[in-house]
Amino acid sequence: MITKTLTPEHALFEYCLRLGDTALIMGQRISEWCGHAPYLEEDIAMSNMALDYIGQARIILSYAGQIEGKNRDEDTLAYRRDSTEYRNLLIVEQPNENFAFTITKQFIVSVYNFHLFSLLQKSSDPQIAAYAAKSLKEVAYHFRHSADWVLRLGDGTPESHNKIQEAVNDLWYYVDDLFQTDEVEELLLKNGVAADLREVKLKWTETVAEKFKTATLEIPQVNNFMRMGSRTGNHTEHLGYILAEMQFLPRAYPDAKW
Amino acid sequence: MVAGITVEHIRDLLSKVLDPEVPALSIVDLGILRDVSLENSVFEISITPTFTGCPAMKVIEEDIVEILHHEGINNFKIKTVLAPAWTTDWMSPEGKKKLKEYGIAPPSQSTEEHLKAMLSGRKKSVQCPFCNSLNTKLTSAFGSTACKALHFCNECHQPFEEFKCH
Repeated sequence: MITKTLTPEHALFEYCLRLGDTALIMGQRISEWCGHAPYLEEDIAMSNMALDYIGQARIILSYAGQIEGKNRDEDTLAYRRDSTEYRNLLIVEQPNENFAFTITKQFIVSVYNFHLFSLLQKSSDPQIAAYAAKSLKEVAYHFRHSADWVLRLGDGTPESHNKIQEAVNDLWYYVDDLFQTDEVEELLLKNGVAADLREVKLKWTETVAEKFKTATLEIPQVNNFMRMGSRTGNHTEHLGYILAEMQFLPRAYPDAKW
Repeated sequence: MVAGITVEHIRDLLSKVLDPEVPALSIVDLGILRDVSLENSVFEISITPTFTGCPAMKVIEEDIVEILHHEGINNFKIKTVLAPAWTTDWMSPEGKKKLKEYGIAPPSQSTEEHLKAMLSGRKKSVQCPFCNSLNTKLTSAFGSTACKALHFCNECHQPFEEFKCH
């Protein structure tokens, strides 16, 4: 929860949770494809990307723990928080559904990460800047992978086109949540720590429009309702189920060591 | 503690630590070893991960400990540093040569060129490490480890791996 007077430390902690939880839940979701993807290379691709995301989460959650100073390391933050304390984007907790749905989710998030991390490389916080520079190179591969698939499915058969257009329509409700600003974002933007989400949105919109055009996909016109809440931990019903699975072992055996 | 050990000795010893996933290259060739310094009789060894989720980092740390303990050296600590972020631009020309001889195509672009190409969707064919042909195709951008991609050479009909630009 955001305290009444927001200190720069608390804002930075929140910001790291937003980055770290998004990477963690994205990685956990993608890893569900391990052993189930349509063919071997795709299975390897999914597992590789899941590993990248969990690696990214580990770095930034470990930093979050240091900033908080309450002796919580990255594992404690990942395994001992409940859903309302999670700050991941709502889109990443959505179920994988079919392959087109998963790819669309990955495309939306990869384009977002690509532009966000490009800006965060210049963050005034050296740890965030290093994290962004490192992650950006991995995200570039995630972006190319999903963009290739968006084109193949969108400009593929009538069936593949319909499935991915349906996925775009369904996932569009979670797009505004990506760019929501609040006092944490504003404070850190002033300090030069955070990236300007308005700038990220402009670039994101441009890239998505360009790729959708080649893939013959329509951008949905949704003006009445957008689902938001990641900044305050108001999640969709899906997050609890992911956490139940992910946290079962460390909660059942709290002192277990590798 | 062994008397007379210098930072250079430590560096020499660590140049024998190989990347477990690319055993043709040492952690020095790859630029994973960032620094060795001596303070208050303790050697501080800084290493940096190649990919964020690289599982080889743990093994590399254990190998460093083993090689130094084997020489009776106990006065050291290992630190993981993130900034500046590791890039394939740091791979030595010698390292790239060894990689090619081992049968893995070395990274062919600078990180900057690579990121631009990624966003625009341009694809550059990778040179086959066996017959040097550029008539190759990408079979999978994700390979057996986080740092490698899979290609196929249309000339010599060999599948091969590429160390990805990073």
